[in-house]
Amino acid sequence: MLTTIKQKACYSAALYCLTFLNKTGATLTFCKGKSKEAEIKRINKELANIRSKFKGDKALDGYSKKKYVCKLLFIFLLGHDIDFGHMEAVNLLSSNRYTEKQIGYLFISVLVNSNSELIRLINNAIKNDLASRNPTFMGLALHCIANVGSREMAEAFAGEIPKILVAGDTMDSVKQSAALCLLRLYRTSPDLVPMGDWTSRVVHLLNDQHLGVVTAATSLITTLAQKNPEEFKTSVSLAVSRLSRIVTSASTDLQDYTYYFVPAPWLSVKLLRLLQCYPPPEDPAVRGRLTECLETILNKAQEPPKSKKVQHSNAKNAVLFEAISLIIHHDSEPNLLVRACNQLGQFLQHRETNLRYLALESMCTLASSEFSHEAVKTHIETVINALKTERDVSVRQRAVDLLYAMCDRSNAQQIVAEMLNYLETADYSIREEIVLKVAILAEKYAVDYTWYVDTILNLIRIAGDYVSEEVWYRVIQIVINRDDVQGYAAKTVFEALQAPACHENLVKVGGYILGEFGNLIAGDPRSSPLIQFNLLHSKFHLCSVPTRALLLSTYIKFVNLFPEIKTTIQDVLRSDSQLKNADVELQQRAVEYLRLSTIASTDILATVLEEMPPFPERESSILAKLKKKKGPGTVTDLEEIKKERSSDMNGSAEPASVNASAVSTPSPSADLLGLGAAPLTNSAPPPSSSGSLLVDVFSDSASAVAPLAPGSDDNFASPDLASSEVVSEEPADTVHDADELFHKFVCKNNGVLFENQLLQIGLKSEFRQNLGRMFIFYGNKTSTQFLNFTPTVICSDDLQPSLNLQTKPVDPTVDGGAQVQQVVNIECVSDFMEAPILNIQFRYGGTFQNLSVKLPITLNKFFQPTEMSSQDFFQRWKQLSNPKQEVQNIFKAKHPMDAEITKAKIIGFGSALLEEVDPNPANFVGAGIIHTKTTQIGCLLRLEPNLQAQMYRLTLRTSKEAVSQRLCELLSEQF
Amino acid sequence: MIGGLFIYNHKGEVLISRVYRDDIGNRRNAVDAFRVNVIHARQQVRSPVTNIARTSFFHVKRSNIWLAAVTKQNVNAAMVFEFLYKMCDVMTAYFGKISEENIKNNFVLIYELLDEILDFGYPQNSETGALKTFITQQGIKSQTKEEQSQITSQVTGQIGWRREGIKYRRNELFLDVLESVNLLMSPQGQVLSAHVSGRVVMKSYLSGMPECKFGMNDKIVIEKQGKGTADETGKSELGSGKQSIAIDDCTFHQCVRLSKFDSERSISFIPPDGEFELMRYRTTKDIILPFRVIPLVREVGRTKLEVKVVIKSNFKPSLLAQKIEVRIPTPLNTSGVQVICMKGKAKYKASENAIVWKIKRMAGMKESQISAEIELLPTNDKKKWARPPISMNFEVPFAPSGLKVRYLKVFEPKLNYSDHDVIKWVRYIGRSGIYETRC
Repeated sequence: MLTTIKQKACYSAALYCLTFLNKTGATLTFCKGKSKEAEIKRINKELANIRSKFKGDKALDGYSKKKYVCKLLFIFLLGHDIDFGHMEAVNLLSSNRYTEKQIGYLFISVLVNSNSELIRLINNAIKNDLASRNPTFMGLALHCIANVGSREMAEAFAGEIPKILVAGDTMDSVKQSAALCLLRLYRTSPDLVPMGDWTSRVVHLLNDQHLGVVTAATSLITTLAQKNPEEFKTSVSLAVSRLSRIVTSASTDLQDYTYYFVPAPWLSVKLLRLLQCYPPPEDPAVRGRLTECLETILNKAQEPPKSKKVQHSNAKNAVLFEAISLIIHHDSEPNLLVRACNQLGQFLQHRETNLRYLALESMCTLASSEFSHEAVKTHIETVINALKTERDVSVRQRAVDLLYAMCDRSNAQQIVAEMLNYLETADYSIREEIVLKVAILAEKYAVDYTWYVDTILNLIRIAGDYVSEEVWYRVIQIVINRDDVQGYAAKTVFEALQAPACHENLVKVGGYILGEFGNLIAGDPRSSPLIQFNLLHSKFHLCSVPTRALLLSTYIKFVNLFPEIKTTIQDVLRSDSQLKNADVELQQRAVEYLRLSTIASTDILATVLEEMPPFPERESSILAKLKKKKGPGTVTDLEEIKKERSSDMNGSAEPASVNASAVSTPSPSADLLGLGAAPLTNSAPPPSSSGSLLVDVFSDSASAVAPLAPGSDDNFASPDLASSEVVSEEPADTVHDADELFHKFVCKNNGVLFENQLLQIGLKSEFRQNLGRMFIFYGNKTSTQFLNFTPTVICSDDLQPSLNLQTKPVDPTVDGGAQVQQVVNIECVSDFMEAPILNIQFRYGGTFQNLSVKLPITLNKFFQPTEMSSQDFFQRWKQLSNPKQEVQNIFKAKHPMDAEITKAKIIGFGSALLEEVDPNPANFVGAGIIHTKTTQIGCLLRLEPNLQAQMYRLTLRTSKEAVSQRLCELLSEQF
Repeated sequence: MIGGLFIYNHKGEVLISRVYRDDIGNRRNAVDAFRVNVIHARQQVRSPVTNIARTSFFHVKRSNIWLAAVTKQNVNAAMVFEFLYKMCDVMTAYFGKISEENIKNNFVLIYELLDEILDFGYPQNSETGALKTFITQQGIKSQTKEEQSQITSQVTGQIGWRREGIKYRRNELFLDVLESVNLLMSPQGQVLSAHVSGRVVMKSYLSGMPECKFGMNDKIVIEKQGKGTADETGKSELGSGKQSIAIDDCTFHQCVRLSKFDSERSISFIPPDGEFELMRYRTTKDIILPFRVIPLVREVGRTKLEVKVVIKSNFKPSLLAQKIEVRIPTPLNTSGVQVICMKGKAKYKASENAIVWKIKRMAGMKESQISAEIELLPTNDKKKWARPPISMNFEVPFAPSGLKVRYLKVFEPKLNYSDHDVIKWVRYIGRSGIYETRC
């Protein structure tokens, strides 16, 4: 905006200078200069002349001063530096002649920079002119302020201009200038423009007789209303009535403002835009009138054109499109929405490229409205046709966007098929985006996951180069999370790999999927293990290093899956090209895998190379990528709306699919995964719903350790001393005591610790003996930067001696959508009770955020499992018979009493699960050693479920009383 | 190798377009790419090599004419430019100044030349003398079989630059040593950098196939001789007494036998007929600086500047320097200048932002002075004046590098003239290159 204003000023200045200089005969011939050098010489000479004139002792008269200043301005506009003449220009301001004053202002608006020392003089001159009551001088001064538009100008005049604007005796033309000038100042420094009683009077300018004033005022009000909608609410009814007067007027009514038979198109557009700042008017009369206006505009679009000139249709369509975007904005009148959609449908085949583009773009937004979604869908054939036949690439891109927007369950297969078709011929610039869109649509609307797998494999086949990592990661995630497609995926991938030339991405997907699920198709003699292996290995040499690394991992997985081809694989790993590979990564993998396959027993192999657990469900990585590509705003909103709608329309939206995978996995290995997924489903719903969840937990667990509701008054009364004490010690602004999240981490090491609208905190940790390391991931969920981002880990005084924490500082700014990582090194010195607190402070969009979360570093993390026989166990059990060493807790089950889940939890807790120890097979028995720096504490546990009463009895015996107590507390929370 | 050669006028219209290889693709595309990206580029393109879509364009500009060589391969850029310069020389030799008019009038000839001197993009014989024997501007007289076969053997033979059977009544040769001396000196008179780049240009009008031997006071040669003749006491004095110069690097015309130069450092050759450049060289040591400039600049307040410049000539009083011009830059906010000088004429040239002082002639070991008062206009620009250096132009009748021609012997065993019968002329001209003194 700023540049355009400057440019405009320059053009007008150049034009003015030329005409003036030509008229006076003082033409600078250099403007027709033949070569650059000649021009520079001529200008140097001219500048020397002007310098000697300005330097000269005798004072210049106004005319020659004007002439030379004008020449300087012209030379500046030719692109040469001017570093003198400012004083002369300022002198011209005080002249009483219009032309001299004008040149002075022109020079100043183009050349004077804001930090000049002359600014005081200039401001003075402007002040005089504003006070002069001479409309032309006032106009010049206002233009100058607007053209310079610097902060200094705003400081000096922001208070004055509103007065001129609303004064009763100001001329129309000055009002117009004042409104625009104020708009400019408001745009550059909104904080300097005082809001006051003038605002209400500005609104009434919409009723002004002079249409120029109304146009200028509408621009101003629109900008102001975007910032303070409340103050300008009254403008809605005024704008509607003004609009209806314009729309219904005959084209001859507004003489000067009728543009090719369209009455005041600019003003109409601006009024429509102003109305888009507000929701639909509540007053039925106003609303009716507005609907009438919009209908009239839509009707007019159907009328035959009054002129064949392109200007006529341009003006008409501009108003129409603005009206349609208002209709879309209001999104309340089904009738209008459908009409708008039909109108746009007509434009889809218009011969004007711009109209087709705009129609597609508006339709994109229309598609997200529930009223018009169906109407938009009727145009699907036209849009697909546009995709195939359109010449202009930007229009094709819009068509792709629209297809994406209008896609739902009913037409997903058709649209995806069309997009795939188009992909083969699509422009390179938009291929990647189409690939992402196809991938998302296929995932979102997949009724049948075999179709999804087919689609994605097709995608890789057609546009392998454009399939980004996220896309094929996603396929693997989905295949792994949904066991009903695994077999099919393995089969399809196997078939796809048989093509003589296949893309590297396909090899990657193939390598991964066959490595995981190759056994599912191994029964078929056509895809026996050896054939699978040979097929993959035939692609090995054509692939890049990362893919080769992946394939090596696949081979070792094969060793586990198909022991019969172990020797073949070992031979491959042993070959020099692997074992002595120049690439360190490949070499290391080959060496390690070879050793693993030779040394390890089948049991160990089976454990190491166990099937991958399901991926925690996040926001689809592809979607994130698409958003990033598009920039925030455009897709996001649409996406949000769509997601909300789609989640109730079809059950396969992302969170739902997790539930499905978690519930519908009966295999024993998946139980562990179920455990992993269960807490995540809890964390997935937005924070708003977590309130109710908290209450649920609260009511359920009255007998056991009660988790705290945030901010509940009886913090201190709560039995969970550890957490409540810490919380009360830290008077942070918001303490997110998400206890249930904390407890999830007792039995697992990775996951999401905390999440709200702004921030997501993820954890990944590993522990060995008395040492541990925790990676904390802070994800900025917004699109704006976090400033002064400082996470600190706080140990209370009690905790300090028993736990050593070392953190590395993180970068204080976190970009929108970015993630930063922090490493915490942990050393357990002696046993401890409490958990450290993670306090995070940052600045988000001007407000200071402060939150505290408990870090799930608990004593059981330092557990080392010990296997022992039944005899040993009971011997030790008896040794720890001191009543202080034993802690027992009887509690009601909070979760369904599933033996497998319980086992998994005990293992996750850290102790070894001892089978066939307890005479009663329903009981669980565990043993382990807690490692601290100072001591090692042996620990035995026994859990007796009572299915009838839905109760558990947990008994813990350790060599230290406090440890028994703490472990019992932690573990009883889990069942 | 060169894929094609285009000649454009200043508007970017193609005058000549000759494609040697198909790899540069569509001829139109290549032609347009260069026009759009170089000739009509928004910013002036300074690099002589431009890469557009994996195609390299090498260009030189002669007045308003652009010559561009195009290739897709990784060629030796120096070779391409050498070829382009040679092409310019050939064209100048055929039709004088390279201008749009001349190129349009001679386009058949130019295509003929291009066919001859480039074959599948490989440069061929580009010796003007040889080319002129079979590419003529007049109609070719019907040649006898014998003559035709001679052309072939001559062009493809060992000595492609000279044909046999040349006869002159007077055997004459001219030798010009042309040097340009470059200097950057500090205000205190300390030499910051100085070098001389020189050329030896020869014009020969000799009969037959004469064998020439050129000798100069090259340090290595003199020292070698000094050693070789150390026994002969008389001569060794003579050898060491003569000043010798150290040549940093030199290049020769293709007629010089490089093997002989490498082994004995003697320059022997069979010269082409007419004018040619025998060698090019550069020296950086013991340079005779013909002039010394002593500047004195005093800023009096913000609005006045006093400048005094003294020049001293530093060579034998018997010699005369000519076309002396001293250029004293003035600040950009100069509003008036008064100049007083003893000798020559001085003038403030506003268009060039400099005081230009011209002296027609000046003998050695003299000095002259100029003083100027410069009035300044106060500006709101805080930038200080950068004080660009004072530059000088001149021409002196000796070689500032100290190079001397010791001998140029001519042997023609087949014809009956000896070295003594050849009339030889030697001339030295030293010109200023970039000759600047900081102030």
